[in-house]
Amino acid sequence: MSNSNHHTDHATLAEKFNRDEARVNWHDETLWFIRQKRDRAAWSLGNEWEPLRETASAIKAHTLSNLSDYLQQFEKAAQQNGITVHWAADGEEHNRIVHGILAKHNATQLVKSKSMLTEECHLNDYLKEKGVEVIDTDLGERIVQLAEEHPSHIVLPCIHWKKEEIGELFHKHLGSPEGVIDPSFLTNTARVHLREKFLTRRVAITGVNFAIAETGEFVVCTNEGNADMGAHLSDVHIACMGIEKLIPKREHLGVFLRLLARSATGQPITTYSSHFKKPREGQEMHLVLVDNGRSTQLGREDFRNSLKCIRCGACFNTCPVYRRSGGHSYHTAIAGPIGSILAPNLDMRQYKDLPFASTLCGSCSNVCPVKINIHEQLYQWRQVLTEEGYQPKSKTVAMKAMAATLSKPSLFSIAGKWGRKVMGLVPGLVSNRLNPWYKQREMPAPPEQSFTEWYKQNRKGGKS
Amino acid sequence: MRVGLFIPCYVNQFYPQVGIATLQLLEKFGCEVDYPLAQTCCGQPMANSGYESLTGNCNELFTKNFSSFDYIVCPSGSCVLHIKEHLHSAKDRTAATAIRRNVYELTEFLTDVLNVDRLQAAFPYKVGLHQSCHGQRGLHLSQMSELVAKPYSKPERLLNMVEGLELIELDRKDECCGFGGTFCVTEEAVSVKMGKDRVRDHEAHGADYITGADMSCLMHLQGILKRQGSKVQVKHIAEILNAQ
Repeated sequence: MSNSNHHTDHATLAEKFNRDEARVNWHDETLWFIRQKRDRAAWSLGNEWEPLRETASAIKAHTLSNLSDYLQQFEKAAQQNGITVHWAADGEEHNRIVHGILAKHNATQLVKSKSMLTEECHLNDYLKEKGVEVIDTDLGERIVQLAEEHPSHIVLPCIHWKKEEIGELFHKHLGSPEGVIDPSFLTNTARVHLREKFLTRRVAITGVNFAIAETGEFVVCTNEGNADMGAHLSDVHIACMGIEKLIPKREHLGVFLRLLARSATGQPITTYSSHFKKPREGQEMHLVLVDNGRSTQLGREDFRNSLKCIRCGACFNTCPVYRRSGGHSYHTAIAGPIGSILAPNLDMRQYKDLPFASTLCGSCSNVCPVKINIHEQLYQWRQVLTEEGYQPKSKTVAMKAMAATLSKPSLFSIAGKWGRKVMGLVPGLVSNRLNPWYKQREMPAPPEQSFTEWYKQNRKGGKS
Repeated sequence: MRVGLFIPCYVNQFYPQVGIATLQLLEKFGCEVDYPLAQTCCGQPMANSGYESLTGNCNELFTKNFSSFDYIVCPSGSCVLHIKEHLHSAKDRTAATAIRRNVYELTEFLTDVLNVDRLQAAFPYKVGLHQSCHGQRGLHLSQMSELVAKPYSKPERLLNMVEGLELIELDRKDECCGFGGTFCVTEEAVSVKMGKDRVRDHEAHGADYITGADMSCLMHLQGILKRQGSKVQVKHIAEILNAQ
């Protein structure tokens, strides 16, 4: 589904999503329910909540300002713990490093817990081409994988799937009885299916939620325990992380763990918050540190703060556009408001539509646990895309004409007068199918007089 | 106190009654109001579309029009926010800075500057308040549901002073309506869906009128209401606060 989305834009894909209005309502309400859970969880901390966000934001700001130092400190500590550390400049190098480790062990199969970074780097596709079978072990990710899709949400990968559809999918792929849609039954089907994979695969890949510079350890948060199951049963554990996942000290972790799950799903904490510090005896532990555009973003002053993101997905759940357009309409691994400010950094041409997939309502910035000014960055990206020449020519022409009219009061008043008159006399000129406003909305009725005209008649001394 | 009346371009052309109500309301409270006739637009439509670079002339014009007032008042949270955040002048930096500081959305001006605690207005209807995002999250006209913070609402406080008016509760009290400037045509499908959902919330709670501090949101909702043949109407908050 989303694999073929790369050549079209958000508006087109969102329009397609909106053809089934009942489904849009269901999608919207499902995510709004999570937003409400998030609100309750935030309020449960009372006066602590906003200072907690402020603290998290400040820790991340400090870390980003000293990223180079902390990365080196982290690397050294991790190596001392017996972890093999790799550096990847981009997604391609990341994929090559992972494949290199697999090749060294003659591994052609592996289990992988949720990692948006590997999605960003398209690791699954890369390994598939190399003949390596990847089994995603996060339930939601496994569902989209069986359906040959990509996640539509960074925390809830299959939020766009209904249980009836999952029942059908499991019947087809995992042999569950036809027509069974009971969530616990289906979950158990997946559990049995995945258990066999955990027991037989020798390599496990996990993501990283937080890496601690001071101790060289990393923390992986899941609700299903699938990261632990994979890592602990493996001979080789490969953890992949973006370089922005760093925090300076262990004492800072509590701040983020308290915010992460509350913001993501409204839980006080993820069921598993597992610390990995060193390989167990006989195991190899690798850590791949990936840049993939992050240094560039760090150098863009207006957009630097986007690297504070802890991938909680709160901005997705609150976004009225995301809820009504679905994750795949963003045609990028990380959808939603945060994805719309991250993606253009990677490729302006491909993602030039995303900063416009927003009303700039600002709700995203308000729920963000690390206080990223997401809506302001969306506005700023729009300016950059114009400067860099990624706007359609027709739009530039229209905007220039608009600016010229609005620069001259006499022109504005004539245009307004004629516009209203024409609308009144020939409503079909604007009220037609070519006008996107009119498709599902009536035009405002043009009044006889503008306010300016009224003012001239009714108040003296109008200042010109 | 000299107040410069700043009327958004589309309100000037399509909703003159909103400008009239704003003017009359300010005059009722004893403000000396002047409306600079040479005003056009704050430049937001270009800026939000990514063309802030084309707003230089609008900025200069705005600065020239409004440099001589103690306060600038406008019946639109969105336009005021744009001026507050993006007005710059190469010719008169001091004036632009002063304008950014002294520009007020109508309900915040009534609340914070005029300290209005009584209104002579009557509007015997059930009214749903639509929070425009720029007014609410940008200008902080009322508390935002995302934040863990004490609730308040400047527009609600004023509406509660209107005789006979009954404010209705909404399921989602500060969800965006989907207007979003050019978003309303470039993302038509999502924009309309968002608007339909807002309308449904107000209708489900028995609104006779939907009001708000931004006519652009209301214009979008009005377009949907009319197309659906709904009995619910929209009315800008200035008209209600000025209703006799």
